[in-house]
Amino acid sequence: MHSHRLSLMGAVLAAALFTAGCGPAEQRTAVPIGGASGAELAERQVFRRGNGAEPETLDPHRATSVTAGNIARDLFEGLTEMTPDGSVKPAAAESWTISEDSLVYTFRLRSGARWSNGDPVTAGDWLFSLRRAVDPATLSDYAAILYPIEGARAIVAGEAAPDTLGVQALDEQTLEIRLAAPTPYFLGLLTHSMSYPVHPPSVERHGERYARAGNLVSNGAYQLTEWVVQSHIRAVRNPYYWNDAETVINEVWYYPIDNQDAELRRYRTGELDMTEKVSSRQVDWIQRNLADEFVISPYFGTYYYGLNVTRAPFQGNRELRLALSMAIDRDVITERISGTGEIPAYSWVPPIPGYTQQLPEWAGWTQAEREAEARRLFEQSGHAAESPLVLELIYNTDDNHRRLATAIASMWQEVLGVETRLSNQEWKVFLQTRRERRQTQVFRSGWIGDYLDAFTFTELLHSTYGLNDTGYASERYDELVDTAALEADPARRRALLEEAERVLIDDHPIIPLYFYVTARLVKPWVGGYVPNIMDQHYTKNLYILKH
Amino acid sequence: MLRFTLNRLLGAIPTLLILIAVAFFLIRMAPGGPFDSERQLPPEIEANLRAAYNLDAPLHQQFLRYLADLARGDFGPSFQYRDFTVTELIASGFPVSLRLGGLALLLALVLGVTAGTLAAMRQNRAPDYAVMAVSMTGISVPNFVMAPLLVLVFAVLLGWLPAGGLGDGGWRHLLLPVICLALPQVAYIARLTRGSMIEVLRSHFIRTARAQGLAMHTIVLRHALKPALLPVVSFLGPAAAGLITGSVVIEQIFGLPGLGRYFVQGALNRDYTLVMGVVVFYGALIILFNFLVDLLYGWLDPRVKA
Repeated sequence: MHSHRLSLMGAVLAAALFTAGCGPAEQRTAVPIGGASGAELAERQVFRRGNGAEPETLDPHRATSVTAGNIARDLFEGLTEMTPDGSVKPAAAESWTISEDSLVYTFRLRSGARWSNGDPVTAGDWLFSLRRAVDPATLSDYAAILYPIEGARAIVAGEAAPDTLGVQALDEQTLEIRLAAPTPYFLGLLTHSMSYPVHPPSVERHGERYARAGNLVSNGAYQLTEWVVQSHIRAVRNPYYWNDAETVINEVWYYPIDNQDAELRRYRTGELDMTEKVSSRQVDWIQRNLADEFVISPYFGTYYYGLNVTRAPFQGNRELRLALSMAIDRDVITERISGTGEIPAYSWVPPIPGYTQQLPEWAGWTQAEREAEARRLFEQSGHAAESPLVLELIYNTDDNHRRLATAIASMWQEVLGVETRLSNQEWKVFLQTRRERRQTQVFRSGWIGDYLDAFTFTELLHSTYGLNDTGYASERYDELVDTAALEADPARRRALLEEAERVLIDDHPIIPLYFYVTARLVKPWVGGYVPNIMDQHYTKNLYILKH
Repeated sequence: MLRFTLNRLLGAIPTLLILIAVAFFLIRMAPGGPFDSERQLPPEIEANLRAAYNLDAPLHQQFLRYLADLARGDFGPSFQYRDFTVTELIASGFPVSLRLGGLALLLALVLGVTAGTLAAMRQNRAPDYAVMAVSMTGISVPNFVMAPLLVLVFAVLLGWLPAGGLGDGGWRHLLLPVICLALPQVAYIARLTRGSMIEVLRSHFIRTARAQGLAMHTIVLRHALKPALLPVVSFLGPAAAGLITGSVVIEQIFGLPGLGRYFVQGALNRDYTLVMGVVVFYGALIILFNFLVDLLYGWLDPRVKA
């Protein structure tokens, strides 16, 4: 993106350089602005983004939320980075080699990489960081994401010391990571904040207060300068960043605004350049008034209803599960209820490159055909319109979930004569109810992939997976998932995962409803914004146009 | 006086203890815990977390330990905001809430008492009806309707004021939130003042003053106002506490970093220590306000001292 050179904007760039302080960058390469487009950079390169809920921490190893991830991506740099098309490119690592058995990854670290205090980033720092990430003392919620690394699981469980982790610093600039099993998505995993490096002396000096403004030393394009909880977080460019010469924006402000109506108002007054989300109630208004600034793109997530297959009426009753699923008109759901361009879902894994969606045959039917089949299956399942089935559908308290549940209940009523009792619960209560599986029948759910690979969806319904709240336990499915997890050959692995999904869709312990989208407002003067399925945006790739 | 003060302060201790105990066990009874999330938390990691936050001990031991920490002024670490202690969060949020609530209270008092007095002096005439009508609206239009409406007009359409955030903490950022917070209280105080002022103006000593030929404004300001303010003062304690603690909605709508937001989010996140910290802090604050009001009441009405 920053490959073009451009000689215009002398004054503007000089000003930008001046405000950036005296970083090591002697010379700036320019951004693809000007020339034929005639666009010009704004003098003030400040980017202000709405950032949802207040991040729980900015320590990359303890952060779990999307909003903390948004900030961590600017402050830190992983070995690899995700490009908008979903491929992985070198970031803090210049290059790497992978052993033939796919178990040993050797990374060549970027020469000249520095921390925001000027210290060089060494392989030893990476070693320290990865050990810290899995050390039980770090109290990392997300440590499990590093389980593919040899020894990680035992360390997290407290059965082995952190220095038994399969990572080695071969020299100052060479890092070797050994895996427990071939993990084709491992390079993608390294874009996750759990794998980001932390500055060892700062961690040792500040301990739990390491991630505070003033203490935090990071290796990304920006450094943290201010953090006023519930008000704002401010980061300025890191002059020591290896690619600072191509960074354009000087300053980023992240505003924690969890109320989307408030966020929209602040966007309209020009206090924000970009929102984190929009409220679905506002979509109509936005489409009428701010259509040019409204950006909608697919997101790596599935909205679905889980069916508790450990109890009646769903236990051992595949026909009933399918009948309920087919009776739902997903086009009505996505066009009239969710209404932000969501994609109707008939299968489990959202569409991603390198994986074929496993649509059931009935996905291609008309809704009338589906409904006829639903009625037939419903009768076959031992239920009939004369003795109506009564179901309970629980969802977490939220206007959108309520509207969707009401629509689905009426579809079930109309097509199958099923009576649905809607019950909403506060989030944490809901999570507990779902997990206990004692009383749930149908429950709302959604899943966002952690890394760009079908496996992050497939493993969720493995019988031993902690979040499999449906209680689905299929020997065949488990076997396929387990085999895929150890399969080094990408084509064979893909075939295994796809077959697993076919088994799953055939058993139907879940009712997929739609694939998520990201919908947000972006001011016309924000350049370089590229929608992507993981919704990851690096401020270093953005720039502010003159406006 | 000293004895009165001491008695009140000693009396506050059991009240606070009961408050702490009730809050502590109630939040623990709420289903779900601080570490429940939609994501997978492997059992070994959850065990680590529970041990680190002392959640694996029996509940009564946790309670005793909490009391012991509290006695040392330690509210504990926040479960949700992992980089901060509860004390730090309260210290950063309270000044904002205090400024917001304090300004709103001041505005409510000045406007409310003035409007109420004017209405009482022109009872059953146009100014009276106007004040009463406006104050009825003020009471019945909730904050969460008024605030977005004002933002829409003054920030989005006219562009005079910011739509949210604390910014540099200047008046432009506080004006709308303070007005929204004060409006219902203005209305309430105006009605209280009017009612009690009408009563006072009918009393014998006022009639005496009028018989002596004093001007109406002198009578109101010098003689009637002080007794007429008694109900307002008794309302002041709960109102002050309500304003400072009850700005939850306003803080949310305007994105202000006050204490109210922690209360709600703490409860939703099952951030036990944060909720407890805010409850204890608010509890102590309300007790303090009621005590101050009692003192003020004694000054306004000498009969109370007896």
